Amino acid sequence: MEYFDTLIVILQSTVRVSVPLILAALAGLYSERAGIFDIGLEGKMLAAAFAGGAAAAVTGSALIGLCAAILVSVCLGLVHGFASITQRGNQIVSGVAINFIALGATVILGQAWFRQGGRTPQLSGDARFTTVELPFAAEIADIPVLGPIYSDLLSGHFLLTYLAFMLIPFTWWVLYRTRFGLRLRAVGENPGAVDTAGISVTWMRYRAVICCGILCGIAGAYLSMAMTAGFVKGMTAGKGFIALAALIFAKWKPVNVMFACLLFGFLDAMSIRMQGNELPIIGVVPVQFMQALPYLLTVILLAGFIGKAIPPRAGGVPYVKER
Amino acid sequence: MSVPYAKLPAWVDYGLIPLINLIVAFLVAGLVVLAVGESPLRAASLLIEGAFGYGEGIGFTLYYATNFIFTGLAVAVAFHCGLFNIGGEGQAYVAGLGVALPCLWLDQFAPWYIVFPAAILGAAMVGGFWAMIPGWLQAKRGSHVVITTIMFNFIASSLMVYVLVDVLKPAGSMAPQTRAFADGGQLPRLDWLLASVGLDIGGAPFNLSFLLALVAAFVVWVVIWRTKLGYEIRTMGHSPTAAAYAGIRQSRIIVITMMMSGALAGMMALNPIMGDQHRMQLDFVSGAGFVGIAVALMGRSHPAGIIPAAILFGMLYQGGAEISFEMPQISRDMITIIQGLVILFAGALENMFRPAITAFFATLGGSGSDKPLPAAE
Repeated sequence: MEYFDTLIVILQSTVRVSVPLILAALAGLYSERAGIFDIGLEGKMLAAAFAGGAAAAVTGSALIGLCAAILVSVCLGLVHGFASITQRGNQIVSGVAINFIALGATVILGQAWFRQGGRTPQLSGDARFTTVELPFAAEIADIPVLGPIYSDLLSGHFLLTYLAFMLIPFTWWVLYRTRFGLRLRAVGENPGAVDTAGISVTWMRYRAVICCGILCGIAGAYLSMAMTAGFVKGMTAGKGFIALAALIFAKWKPVNVMFACLLFGFLDAMSIRMQGNELPIIGVVPVQFMQALPYLLTVILLAGFIGKAIPPRAGGVPYVKER
Repeated sequence: MSVPYAKLPAWVDYGLIPLINLIVAFLVAGLVVLAVGESPLRAASLLIEGAFGYGEGIGFTLYYATNFIFTGLAVAVAFHCGLFNIGGEGQAYVAGLGVALPCLWLDQFAPWYIVFPAAILGAAMVGGFWAMIPGWLQAKRGSHVVITTIMFNFIASSLMVYVLVDVLKPAGSMAPQTRAFADGGQLPRLDWLLASVGLDIGGAPFNLSFLLALVAAFVVWVVIWRTKLGYEIRTMGHSPTAAAYAGIRQSRIIVITMMMSGALAGMMALNPIMGDQHRMQLDFVSGAGFVGIAVALMGRSHPAGIIPAAILFGMLYQGGAEISFEMPQISRDMITIIQGLVILFAGALENMFRPAITAFFATLGGSGSDKPLPAAE
């Protein structure tokens, strides 16, 4: 029973740390499926986390914070879109630039506005998202096995957590069952064909970049307003890149994205939990190895040693109308 | 919109347009300074004063520039082959092992001029190896070098934390760093070089690896523009299909280019480890690998452009530290913004002003559309 309780605790924190990964990876999915590579997930998430934390601290409303987070993230997304769609610049260079701008600007502005060493003030009350209890959670809690699973693992998360998990089937539906999704995928595989059909490649890709911005914004808001109470300098700490890795690991498919993010989140939760503890058969595993594992797995997958990850064919290539 | 860019005079292409992009980047940075309630002009004068106003400042500026010359060259070499090596940070970090281990083995009984070549070799080999894996994976397994090098940055960071905390840390010490090197592991400072122009570098760690960086820049120029290998690299960069048609073995070129790139990034580790700290510390690279991207883009991937670009960023690092004394609102993080803006305007948006400039030169020529573009002068 003790093992079971530990497992529930680990899985619960897995869900907690997976949420920003899922949101950011889905954001990347919209963008990359439309043929716009996005290294800038990290930067957008960081800027959104700051904007959310700052706006919520000033206004005292979590909802306004969320809107500010989304707005800032979409603006950065549009910069990326302008550089890579309109100006046909190098998408990777643009993404790298956005990461640095966000990294520096959040600290400089945070220090100038709040003078707390790059932090935003602690959020409390309405300024922060609260957890929701699913119905009957308290009543079921005492039932063995089922109780803990329902009331500890499934209940008691933030609304954004449930939203993130609902966005997975939604994204699947958008991508594979709507006209928008069909065109989005087409524009990432063969923009020439989309153009021939009389659909604007530019507008399609801009919409994809905006979707990406919205989701990165929610991910950032989750970080600074739900998971913790306030923005801390550099708080994304590579989550954007893990999300990117998860997206590749998931071969750019929505349902796989969830499993990849849960796996990477699980590794993260385990590495926190295991600090110094011995594993049954393997002995002590260095924490650093656990932290590096998502990246290692992605490299191995990309190299085609476990399955093959094939990116959207027109990914990274600016579309030029026939001259 | 889909008109191909007209040909411009070389000085516009390589001088004016990069300059305009740079100026725009700095103007936007100035807006950020304004937004936090300080005067951009005063910030700029403090910056220049702090970086070039006195001997020690110049010493620090050139010390930082040394790092950026290495990492800038690393990114540039890969650019010439059409590869984007984001992994300079990780390559330099891991290459710290190639510097620190020879120092730890030899510093007690060998003078610096024996340890230095061993450390150069070590840094180049370890850095080259760390870049070779992504290169090989791209060449043979088709995984994109950008993604792999990003992943390798994180893997490098975890690896080095493990090595420094669990392996190299002397027993009984708390700080995650190696022991301090004896005299054999310390590079001589170049105080005589600045003293010859009457400047006193004071405590600045400006050291021999600066000269090594200049040599590396020259070697890169020779290799890229004056050898068969360089020709093949540039051909690959311009047109992989043409390279294949010409019988260039693509995978070989990719792997060699990445090794060169990694070796250059790796040699950056010499400067902080042997030249300044005389020990290997956690996070000694501190972003220099990423600055290399901005430096290479600004310098248009040519050593003659990279050295001034590196000095400019050295100036930002040193002057930025000075600004933060006077203007507490503006910390080192301002440089991160400038770095991002330079990458954005000199890299991703490099052609934003080109149509306007082309039109301007077309009107300057004064003739109709039949003449493509007369020389500007």
